Amino acid sequence: MRILVNGASREIGAADLGAALDELGYGGAVIATAVNGEFVPAADRPASRLAEGDRIEVLAPMQGG
Amino acid sequence: MLRLYDTELRSRLLLGTARYPSPSILTEAVKASGAQVVTVSLRRESGGERAGQGFWSIVRDLGVRVLPNTAGCHSVKEAVTTAHMGREVFGTSWVKLEVIGEDETLQPDVFGLVEAARILCSEGFEVFPYTTEDLIVAERLLEAGCRVLMPWASPIGSGRGLNNLFGLTALRARFPEVPLVVDAGIGVPSHAAQALELGFDAVLINTAVSQARDPVGMAGAFALAVEAGRAAYAAGPMEPRDLAVPSTPLIGKAFLG
Repeated sequence: MRILVNGASREIGAADLGAALDELGYGGAVIATAVNGEFVPAADRPASRLAEGDRIEVLAPMQGG
Repeated sequence: MLRLYDTELRSRLLLGTARYPSPSILTEAVKASGAQVVTVSLRRESGGERAGQGFWSIVRDLGVRVLPNTAGCHSVKEAVTTAHMGREVFGTSWVKLEVIGEDETLQPDVFGLVEAARILCSEGFEVFPYTTEDLIVAERLLEAGCRVLMPWASPIGSGRGLNNLFGLTALRARFPEVPLVVDAGIGVPSHAAQALELGFDAVLINTAVSQARDPVGMAGAFALAVEAGRAAYAAGPMEPRDLAVPSTPLIGKAFLG
């Protein structure tokens, strides 16, 4: 299915957020996730089913003031 | 000792981690500043580059506390969601809460700020709200559960120093027991010293250090200024006067006319 990952369209085979993150190269990374604007805690990612057109945000530590 | 929520800190300088020429200069600047708290942010991570992972390992190696911000958030929902994401990633309930109201000055949207602070405090966050010097907003933030306030000196990154001296002095006088951290707009160490001389508990600096020609040298200069300002406050500065008062006694002066 096609989903939006950080604003970019991506084709994925995975059906849930946890598997999608592995597929997209985030395995083992320190990240926080949101689907369609709602925070999804790490523990809930495997149970978070994805649907066509979902908007995923994958955020990581970055410089800040 | 500075006390922010239940954490005691020796250093009254909090340092931002953005816009340094290189990661190694960031590391050296944090060390030179003596800061025990650094601010960090969350941004989109690419699965290929994973740039945030390297940054996070640098910050972890510093051994300081992190204060995640909600920089760039313009709505309550965005700020609250970012705070939740930051709590998970950084493993702290501290959050520097920013709800930006206007892009030219990056002035906080104080109405959204109070609303977001209320939500986050009720969820157990320890909120550091980036606010103005407005007394009533400060009151509302404290009512919402904030136990630290971070009033701006002047717009973020402007380096203009303490823009509204009267307003900041009034804020300090109105809330003598609340830790107040002057955040944003400090450009040179004398601005930081001035904030501490006025009785502010700490300052948060970023651009003034990271954009200096020599960020590490400037970090050290700020450390000295903050210490000097605090020592001056503790020593009780004299009251300014309108007319000259001779410091050398006139009694016993020779008549040589």
